[in-house]
Amino acid sequence: MDIHEYQAKELLARHGVHVPRGGLAYSPEQATYRAREIGGSKWVLKAQVHSGARGKAGGIKLCSNDEEISNAAEGMLGRKLVTQQTGPRGKLISRLYLEEAVDIAQELYLGFVLDRKEERVMIVASAAGGMEIEDISEKKPDSIIRATVDPGVGMQGFQAREIAFGLGLESNLIGKATETILGCYQVFRDYDASMLEINPLVVTRDGSLVALDAKMSFDENALFRRPEISELRDKSQEDPRETFASDRGLSYVGLDGNIGCIINGAGLAMATMDMIKIAGGEPANFLDIGGGASPERVAKSFRAVLGDKNVETILVNIFAGINRCDWVAEGVIKAIREVGVDVPLVVRLSGTKVEEGRKILADSGEAVIVADTLAEAAEKAVAAWREGTKNKKAA
Amino acid sequence: MAILLNRSTRVIVQGFTGKIGSFHADDMKRYGTKLVGGVTPGKGGQTHLGLPVFNTVKGAVRETRAEASIVFVPPPFAADSIMEAADAGIKLCVCITDGIPSQDMMQVKRYMRRYRFEDRMRLVGPNCAGVITPGQALMGIMPGSIYLPGRVGIVGRSGTLGYEAASQMKALGIGVSTSVGIGGDPINGSSFKDILQLFERDEDTDAVVMIGEIGGPQEAEAAIWARDNMRKPLIAYIAGLSAPKGRRMGHAGAIISAFGESAQEKVEILKDAGVVIVPTPASFGEVVADTLARTKKAA
Repeated sequence: MDIHEYQAKELLARHGVHVPRGGLAYSPEQATYRAREIGGSKWVLKAQVHSGARGKAGGIKLCSNDEEISNAAEGMLGRKLVTQQTGPRGKLISRLYLEEAVDIAQELYLGFVLDRKEERVMIVASAAGGMEIEDISEKKPDSIIRATVDPGVGMQGFQAREIAFGLGLESNLIGKATETILGCYQVFRDYDASMLEINPLVVTRDGSLVALDAKMSFDENALFRRPEISELRDKSQEDPRETFASDRGLSYVGLDGNIGCIINGAGLAMATMDMIKIAGGEPANFLDIGGGASPERVAKSFRAVLGDKNVETILVNIFAGINRCDWVAEGVIKAIREVGVDVPLVVRLSGTKVEEGRKILADSGEAVIVADTLAEAAEKAVAAWREGTKNKKAA
Repeated sequence: MAILLNRSTRVIVQGFTGKIGSFHADDMKRYGTKLVGGVTPGKGGQTHLGLPVFNTVKGAVRETRAEASIVFVPPPFAADSIMEAADAGIKLCVCITDGIPSQDMMQVKRYMRRYRFEDRMRLVGPNCAGVITPGQALMGIMPGSIYLPGRVGIVGRSGTLGYEAASQMKALGIGVSTSVGIGGDPINGSSFKDILQLFERDEDTDAVVMIGEIGGPQEAEAAIWARDNMRKPLIAYIAGLSAPKGRRMGHAGAIISAFGESAQEKVEILKDAGVVIVPTPASFGEVVADTLARTKKAA
């Protein structure tokens, strides 16, 4: 789960990380009022969306009077910001953050992430912040400072000091930098973050160290014990199709194709999507109904898939272990009768209670295309989709 | 004896009396697993499914001489249960629980390092389908009927995709020595490499099918190890070739980040290491059959 920049900064500020003075605004008037509160003569207005690369997309504006603030706010609010990271649909700007402008002497990079190889929290730092860290790590991998934290004892002072010295900071900034790095680790650990990135961390002309931006993501498996983080969720930043599904306990990722998928297990779901592609189609989504799915859950997954207007065919592929094919079949029939499925439907059932499941489908009298194997399922789904689009063109 | 598990392995269930634990314990027992008891704190002394219930894993080990444990404990308490098993002298722990926080798993892995390597418990999972040695014993949630006993090992992250492979093989009369689900989480107990090492040493295994997916460094690590050390044929499939880069696909493990983590890159690395690639998820059966036929001819 991602949070906004201003929320991350609030968390960090509580742990000794220095951030610029700023305030949240939902309207142009509020933004100019924030400027009075903050004081000074130059401000930065920043669109609060769950994405990086906001500057290039017009989501960050430097302003020096009320009129500029008001105009910039007017231009951003209610618009969808499309960045390199949001995908073409973009993300809605409904909150703005106004900050005092900072005189930058140097830009650094500081990131915390779970390293799957070491199975520990890894700190990544670079004296060349601001730019895309990925480019730097590819072109000059040796310039990146890395450290891993022993989860038994947590991050140690010497590790933070080594990073601070490694960044080439002046000696009067080492103490502050150490405090900043340890503060970030504390936030990462205490709130079960999965990613924390400060880019840039800046040295100002008057010699202080400030987190100019902050991005944080959290481990969704740990939200049960972090209610204060769960509260920060902003559904307006999520794909509405995904929100609908996740609110119903389904794992869904929206894609851009036309063949809707309802599958059990993430691996089989990915493999089925691969198979659809091999057969010449494009999947509209990834959807994992999970284990022990009731007929109700199966029917709900049809709602989630059909919520996407691009869906022109549905493929159900279930290899039941802890699931039951008879329940899935009941769910399919329930969906046809209650949700209404007006696109071709291909169903492949295998595993636990498969005979019962197939019988339910056969006895229902509904127009279900049945497949026995994975290959057959993908081929029939793509064929049905092609047939459907042909008929549509003809009509 | 295949790997990890056979008909004489003494198994306990942690989270024994819960709904999920009970259901699968019953299923495992009926498959032939030598289930000797279970653990539910506070219910010690009771009998469940005809077997004794213990308050602690140490108590269960003392009374039943259990060597293996399967964990069905809910996510907030699962890491604690794994560490309890490790400390009680359990040799193999299979954790089925899905949704354990990453930091908890970091703690588990750190904790297990306090034991000497020879004494250290082997953890399989979490968030996995478990382990099955067809015809002998089941420690997991897979449908036993889709596996034919035989001489091909299976190791995979995904449960259901493992079923797909096993059933395609069964349709062609090819059986399985042991199938191991290592789970979809970013931090897991046993890696692909760990399991490949066991299969390579196992007298009852002739070839191994590895089922990977996008995200994480373990497939690449296994490929390098197999190239340098493995003499048995290794056959691999990687799911997620159609996944768009940078998108999350349900499994916390399926995050694309560094080189060698996209499905395409993994396939390349495996090919370079001499691994036989299963091109589509519908061709597990035929590729395994071809590989076995070729190996036989060569021998």
